[in-house]
Formats: sequence, structure tokens, C-alpha cells
Amino acid sequence: MSDSSDAKKGDVLLEMRGLRIEGRAEEQWSEIVKGVDITLRRGEVLGLIGESGAGKSTIGLAAMGFARDGCRLSGGTIDFDGIDLMTASEDTKRHLRGARIAYVAQSAAAAFNPAHRLIDQYSESPTQHGVFGRSQAEADAKELYGRLQLPNPNEIGFRYPHQVSGGQLQRAMTAMAMSCRPDLIVFDEPTTALDVTTQIEVLSAIRDVVDQFDTAAIYITHDLAVVAQMADRIMVLRYGNLVEESDTRDMLFNPQEDYTKSLWAVRSFRKEPVTEPKAEVPILEVDNVTAAYGDTPVLFNVGFALERRRTVAVVGESGSGKSTTARVITGLLPPSEGQILYQGEALPKDFRQRSKDQLRHCQMIYQMADTALNPKQRVRDVIGRPLEFYLGLKGAEREKKVLELLDMIELTPDFAGRLPSELSGGQKQRICIARALAAEPEIIICDEVTSALDQLVAEEILKLLDRLQQELNLAYMFITHDIATVRAIADEIVVMLQGRVVEKGEKDTVLSPPHHEYTELLLSSVPEMDPDWLTQLLEQRARGEVVSSAPVA
Amino acid sequence: MAAALKLLRQAPLTAKFGLLVIVTYIVVAMFAPAIAPYGETEVVGAEYEESSPEFLLGTDNLGRDMLTRLVYGARNTVGIAFVTTCLAFLVGGILGLLASTLGGWVDQGLGRIVDVLMAIPQLIFALMILTIVGTSVTSLVLVIALLDSTRVFRLARAVSMNIVVMEYVEAAKLRGEGLWWIIRHEILPNIMPPLVAEFGLRFCFVFLFISALSFLGLGIQPPTADWGSMVRDNATLITYGITTPLLPAGAIALLTVGVNFVVDWFLHKTSGLKE
Amino acid sequence: MAQILKMVGQRLLLGLLTLFVVSLIIFLGVELLPGDLAQAILGQAATPETVAAFRKELRLDLPAYERYFEWLGGMVQGDFGRSLANQREISELLGSRLENTLFLAGLAAVISVPLALTLGILAALYRNTLYDRTVNVVTLTSISFPEFFVAYILILFLAIQAGVFPSISNIGPDIGFWERVYRTMLPALTLTLVVVAHMMRMTRAAIINLLASPYIEMARLKGLSPSRIIVHHALPNALAPIINVVVLNIAYLIVGVVVVEVVFVYPGLGQLLVDSVSKRDLPVVQACSLVFAMTFILLNLLADVLSIVTNPRLLHPR
Repeated sequence: MSDSSDAKKGDVLLEMRGLRIEGRAEEQWSEIVKGVDITLRRGEVLGLIGESGAGKSTIGLAAMGFARDGCRLSGGTIDFDGIDLMTASEDTKRHLRGARIAYVAQSAAAAFNPAHRLIDQYSESPTQHGVFGRSQAEADAKELYGRLQLPNPNEIGFRYPHQVSGGQLQRAMTAMAMSCRPDLIVFDEPTTALDVTTQIEVLSAIRDVVDQFDTAAIYITHDLAVVAQMADRIMVLRYGNLVEESDTRDMLFNPQEDYTKSLWAVRSFRKEPVTEPKAEVPILEVDNVTAAYGDTPVLFNVGFALERRRTVAVVGESGSGKSTTARVITGLLPPSEGQILYQGEALPKDFRQRSKDQLRHCQMIYQMADTALNPKQRVRDVIGRPLEFYLGLKGAEREKKVLELLDMIELTPDFAGRLPSELSGGQKQRICIARALAAEPEIIICDEVTSALDQLVAEEILKLLDRLQQELNLAYMFITHDIATVRAIADEIVVMLQGRVVEKGEKDTVLSPPHHEYTELLLSSVPEMDPDWLTQLLEQRARGEVVSSAPVA
Repeated sequence: MAAALKLLRQAPLTAKFGLLVIVTYIVVAMFAPAIAPYGETEVVGAEYEESSPEFLLGTDNLGRDMLTRLVYGARNTVGIAFVTTCLAFLVGGILGLLASTLGGWVDQGLGRIVDVLMAIPQLIFALMILTIVGTSVTSLVLVIALLDSTRVFRLARAVSMNIVVMEYVEAAKLRGEGLWWIIRHEILPNIMPPLVAEFGLRFCFVFLFISALSFLGLGIQPPTADWGSMVRDNATLITYGITTPLLPAGAIALLTVGVNFVVDWFLHKTSGLKE
Repeated sequence: MAQILKMVGQRLLLGLLTLFVVSLIIFLGVELLPGDLAQAILGQAATPETVAAFRKELRLDLPAYERYFEWLGGMVQGDFGRSLANQREISELLGSRLENTLFLAGLAAVISVPLALTLGILAALYRNTLYDRTVNVVTLTSISFPEFFVAYILILFLAIQAGVFPSISNIGPDIGFWERVYRTMLPALTLTLVVVAHMMRMTRAAIINLLASPYIEMARLKGLSPSRIIVHHALPNALAPIINVVVLNIAYLIVGVVVVEVVFVYPGLGQLLVDSVSKRDLPVVQACSLVFAMTFILLNLLADVLSIVTNPRLLHPR
């Protein structure tokens, strides 16, 4: 809803000058946004991108004159259509929020109140701000639900949040943000928690509706390819500072700053293809495994093999059973049928029955290095324990080996005395790698090891893992949902869907057509660094040239 | 050491007060015979004498010196509560850790037993058992420790559950580590702060609980000096407006307040809660 | 709906089972007594003849399981047996005393619940203000006080010095309602002081926990008024935790009456229990324990059931 009827597209809507925001940590205020200028015009979509700690979400909330608990707006100006949000009263800001500036949160499941129906939450802003009456708001909601391609738009609003899927909830939240026809919507990583195939639907719905109502938007994300589809203009942020700003096409094809260029170049790493022939017996074989959690079957006849020096990427969306497969291999979840063969010999199904050596051969690296490292153990003990436990190293011998391992993962000897809390995300993951290497394994299972990391750091980890594979002759099983990672490191690919292997083979075979239906959907859903990608894909799907929905397994 | 001093300087007033109280009580308890003017059970005057230079706080219902009884009470009441709490922690803590680490039927079984034990109000349960086994100090300590260990079990199990699901514990299991190694190296260091805080709170609870039992005449038995029974024995004086019988009750309250203040500060510090 | 009924049914069954096990424990507790029960009660001085007669009276000549079912069957029909001390029907003793105890606990609940909830919600809303910090210190202090300390302080000030309330609660069957409230006021106030602090702190924690949820932030970002956020967004979700806090504290109240009843010589169940314990009047102790345990279990059951039926995720299943 716009108060001034003569407002035109192209007028400045939001202007932030020298914005500074402070956060409170350990009893002290420190700056997390250090003087950022942002100008946003009516109808324009601005992409804010950056890695974690760049301050993008904080800036997004500041556009609403809002600071989370433990943060404060400490300097600069925020001018929204002639209203100074830095000095405005809480009441004035309250009347803007929801009515003229709306917000879409990352996790819709958490941001919807579990106690109320979707449509009641939709109608709240319009009725409370006096924009529409209740019945008109409801009628409006149903129309918007339809435009956002929600199933049963007339009924879905009468459900409770927990009765609706994640992708649908995210669209319902976009509808809710639209409810007062605001001038500006802040989208805070709205698709980050979704699977790629679901992400497409949400992205296209958001883009359509923002287009149709000419709403200005701030789109916050860490995913370049996503922001390329959504934004007219992109700002790159780092450590609370602006790095670079330009139109989307310029930014993609002609970045100026080194940092931006490095972000763009991230996806260029490729593993050298393995030329030597496969061994007669694979080092590890998953042989026709079927498994269940209690009475719920989760894996059905899964089979593939790992080879020395080779990486098998297991790809699939959440719930596809890829991590469960890893649990079966390690013996945490004994299969109901099938077996795990190590060099042709069956391993006991339960890890408790495996010998020390059998356990040593197969090591695991986890997604969240945070929860994979004991916060109370120093690096020396984290890496030293497997050395002591498996190899019987003690004292000076152990220390020497710890330092060797640190060197192998490109960290200096002084890291040995540190606690996990004194390490960055990438360093923690390196320590996890070192812990796995300390056991002198032959197989390493990597479970989404890079997905919690920023792109530049992730790339470094991938390179490190590749180098170690060459040097130590390791076999990798690489679990991931990210096709870019697959392209970078895989020799072979196993595609999983709902507990089944739908396709497997050499990387080039799987990644080039003809594809299995689901592989095609998965591959085509991965956003590309091309501003026209989404538009073209949607056109292709509309014409039926590519698959547009998942097959039923 | 320097860090500890710094921490202490930064502590809020309430915590400093609490620490001071705790230290004072420990000193009094340890040097009770040296501090007290008379012997613990010595009858030194007439009944209910008023305060005088000879008997600073007057005498009790049997003509024993109140101050002396108060000082020895620190030793008995606090000491017994402390031993009981330690025992409760030993039993409840170990079982809680085992339940969370082993899972399965061990966890189920212990959980059910504790559920049933906790379904009976603690005071009622204690009264019932004490009726049966009689009120000696040993049975008092054992009964209360057993009943209280259920609470410790619940907490220890809950906090270590949060740790057991961590991947570093999974990694240790997959490495082939034994149960005790995992408990000692992976779990215990991470659950110490809540356990220490709980120890403080449990101590307060046990302390109040024993005092209440003694007050009811069913706890620490005469002639041992004990604060709860001191209140009971001299309560008649209150109806005449004399406040000395409130002193032992106040002594109980003061220590509990002190411990609670320190625990509150400790919890605030370790949880990193900035609310 | 079916799911809720099923869950509630499961809880009820579990509650019943717990009651059964508890009755077994209370019964067996006496059985496990080392040595001969009759001898233990009568003391070493008793002649073998008296012991034998007493055994017969306690029906110790019958096997344990028979006596258990007889005892349990009697309980169910309201027959609790006879007191060893004065040979009176226990059910007679219990009746009016239970009523008095419930009256006292009820009065304390009527005062403390609204007070604690208001103070707790205010402390959560104005957290880290001077008010919150003061309340924190005051409640911590009051939690630390033994009940008899609070009771005697109140007696000292309100009964002896000011003379507002009687220091001994002399309750008979023939007094009027308001007279009864007046005479019960001091013990009720004591219980209130003890329980309010607990309840308030738990309420505060529950509300703070709730206010940190993303949907409350969302409500703020929708520009809703603070009162609407509290009433419409926080309260429906706070219901379950608050109900839990209230019921748990009421359960605590009912048990907490024991000490208070003794101080004020209030003719309730707690006093009867304490008296019987000192007289080692086992049938009465068993009966009182069972009644207390039953009340406690039923209240906990109530909290469980209420938190199930107020959970929107369970009320509106997929």
C-alpha cells in the first residue's frame, strides 16, 4: 500500500547512509556493520550477498528500523520514503512494519506461530493496520495463494503451519508479506533451508509476485546463482563493509574487486580424472543393502562400490537416504538385508562386533565440524587419541606425529594447543580431517563436509581432500546435495531418491544426457550463474522439454 | 589464580556475599570445638536463660548454651547434608550417565524406576521409610540420598543426552572406545557446569529437607546439636516474643541464600546467557 | 482427535499403573522391615504372648500377597483399616483432615497462583531491569528459607506483635466459612510465600523462552502492538508451560503443608502423618502416604493431560 498516489517507479524509496550497527558479545559492544550506504528505488530488487558474518541479515532488519536483541543501530541514517527510521518513535516504526515494509524469514516453519491458522496470520497485518477488512483480507489471501501456485488456494489457508510442507510454508509467508501490498519486502535467505527442486518453485513464485505488484525488495542470500535470478542490482558485503556494487549483469560478467572475483571463481576446481584401471576387488562394497529405522524402511537394495584413489559422490535431497547409507557402512545402523564387504570380505553388521583394525580402515568426516569436535579437548588430544588408540603412539612420538598431521592439513604447530572454540569453521574441518587421517584409514566417508562452510573455505577444503587422496591413496565416499561439489570432486556418481539408487555410473556418463528422469530434474534445478537461467528453465519446463516434477520412486 | 581473583572481583555483590557466607560456615564447622564456649551437650545453666555475658544467646530448654549449640549445629547439620548430597550425586550421577550412554533397556528400566520413585512426594516417602527403618543418622543419610539421587539421575541423564547425540561421541564410539573412556573424556568435561550448579541447588534442597525432618522431630536425633531440632525445642519462646529460637532457622536460611546466590552467578557465567 | 484421545488414554493408564506400583511400594516397605514387625513395634520388652497376639491382630499370620490384596481392596472401598494407636477407623480420621488440608492448600493456591503468574510475566517482560533483578534476589532469598522459619517470622510479626491473626489455627467443624478463612490465613500465607517464589521463577523462565522464538520476532516485524503480541501470539503457546508450572506447584503445596500444619497445629493430614510416624502407627502412615501420593500423582497426571490438549500440533494433526 502506498500512501502517495503519485509515487513513481524509480523514485528513491529507501536510503541508508553510513549505517553502523553494533552487537554485544562478552559484555562489550563491537561493530558488525561498519558504515554501509544503500539506495533502493521503488520496484527495484537489490541483492545483498556475502559470506557468514558479512552483516547482511542485520542490514536487512535495519531497513525496517529493527535491531535484534543484543544489537543496536549505532550510527548513520535510515530514510524510508521521507521517514527517518533512526529517530522515528517506536509507534511510527510499528505502523510501517507489516504495512509498508514486510519481512520474509529464512525458516518459515519457525516464523509462523504454531497456534494459529495460516490465513489468520495472513489477515493480521491488514486488519491491524487498517488496510483491509477481515473478509477482504481472506479473499485476497486466497487469490495470492493461487498466484504463488500453492495447491488448493481456497483451503490451504485454513491449515495450521505444521500441516503444510516447507516449500509451501515459505510461499505462504511470501503471501503474508504481500498482504498489505507493501512498498518493500526484505527476503532473508528464504530458500536456504529448502532442497533444490523445491527452491525453484519458491524462487519463481517470489519473482512473479514481486514483479506483478512492482514491490521493491532486498534479497539476502549467500548463493550467487540464486541472487542472479532475483536481483536487478547486487551488493557484495564482507565483514560489515561494502565490497562492490553494480547491476546484476555487470557484477556477474565483469566483477572489479579481487574478493568478488574469487567468489565467482570458486566453482572452477576440478579433480584430475583417475586413469589407472580399477582393482579386481573394490576396497569397499555396499552390497544390496536394505535397512530400516524401527518399522520405517529407509533404504531399499542400495549397492555401489568404492575404489582406491577414487571418489564416489552420493547425491540426493533430504530424506533420500544418503546419510543413512553412511550409517550402515560404519555399522551404526545394521542392515536388515545385504552386507558391507571390505576387500571382498563381509564386515560384521554392528560396529561393536568389528575389530579395531576394521574400524580403523573406515573413517568419517562430518558436516558440522562444531559438533564433531569435543569443545573441551585441545587439538593435540583430538588428533593424538586415534594415534594412541590404534597405533599405540605415546609421548614424544605421538606429539611428533600430531605435528606431522597438522602440517599435512596446512596448519602450523601452534594449533596443537588450541581449543575448538579458538578455531574458524574451516580450521575445525581441517582438524576433523586430521583426526580421520590419524587412524591411517583406507576409506573416508565425507558427509556434506563443505555445506556448512563459506564458499571460499569450502573450495580450500575440497582441494585439500583431493591432495590427500592422491598422496595417501584414499577411497572417498562423498555425500552431498550440491551438484557443484559433485562436479568438482567426483569420479563416480550415485543418485539416490527416497532410499533407492536411481542412477549410478562414471561422472561424465551420469552428468551428460540422456539422464534418468530424477537426475535430470535435480541437475536442471541447480541455479546457474546466468541471470536468464530461471526464466529459460521455466519456459522449457512449460513447453515440456525438461521434467518438472519428481518421479514417484 | 590471577584469573580466579579477577573473576571474583567482577562477581556481583550477591555472589560475593554468598561466597563470604559459605566460607564463614566452613570455618565455623571445622573449628567448632575451638569457637564454641562450652561443650556440645553440656548443661551449663538454667532452662531458657536470657542472653547475658556468660551466655551470649541465652540457654535452651535444657539449659545448654545456645551459641555453643548453634556453632556445633553448623558442623552436624551442614556436614550431614553435604555427605548426603555427595552420595546422591555419586549414585544418581553415575546411573544417569550410564542410562544416557548405554541407552536401550538400561535407560528404559532406570527411567521407569525413577519415575515411580518420583511419583511419591519426597517428604512423604522419607517419613514412611524412616518410620520403618528408624531415625538414625545413617538411615537418614541413606534414605535422603537415595530419594534425591532420582533428581540427580534425571538431570545427569538429560544433560548428558545432549552430549551423547553429538558427533564427537559418535566418532569416539566408531573408533572403538570403551564406555568409561567415552564417559570420562567426551561426556563428563562437557556436563560439569550444570552438574556443579545442580550440586549447589541439591545441597540447599537436602539441607532444607533434613532441617524440616529434624524440625518435625524425625531427623537428626538429640542430643546432637542440630538447627532444625533447635527451632523445634525452643519454639515456645517465640510465643513470648523472644527471637532467639529463630536464630538457628536464620542460620539455615542464610547458608541456603548464600549457596543459591553463588549458584545463580555461576549459572549465569557458564551458560553464557545474556538474556 | 483420535491421536489426542489415545495419548490421554495412555497417560491415564500409566498414571493408574504408577498408583498401583506406589501402593505396592508402600505396602512392601513395611514388609521389608528387618526382623519381626510386631516385635519392632512393641519393643524388646514385650512378652512372646503379646507379640503373638499382636501378630494375629496385624494379620501377619497370612501370606503377604493375600494381605496386600485385602489391604488394597479395602482402600478402594474406602476402608483403610484401624489405627494401632487408638483403634479408630482410619477412614474416619482421614475424612475431615483431608478436607482441612485441601482447604489450606486451596486457599494458598488462590492467593499464590495469580500473584506468581503476574509477577513472573512482569519479570519476563521487563527483564534485566531493576525490577527484574530485585525480584530475582528476593525470590532466591525466599526459596532459601525453611518453611518453619517463614512460619515463625509471620507468627512473630502478624500474630504476636501486631495481633492480626491467631498463631494457632483452631479449626472445628462448626465454624463459618469466613471465620475459617481467617483462622487459616497465617498457614496459607506461609505456604504462599514459599511457593510464589518457585512459581514465579518458573513462569519467568517459560515466558522468556517463548519470547525468544522466531514467530514472536515475526509478530514484531509485522508491526503488531506489544499487547497483541503478548495476548495473541505468546499466550496461546505459553498455556502449556504455565499450566505445567501451576499444577506442579499446587502438587508441591499439598505436600508442603506437612511442616506448616505442624507449626500452626492445624488439624490436617500432614499433622496426622507426622504424629503417626512418631507413634509408629503403621496403618495410618500407610494410609496417609497413599492419599498424599495419590493426590500428587493425579495432579501430575492432570498437568500431563492439559499440556497434551493445549498443544496445537496435537490438536490439529496433519
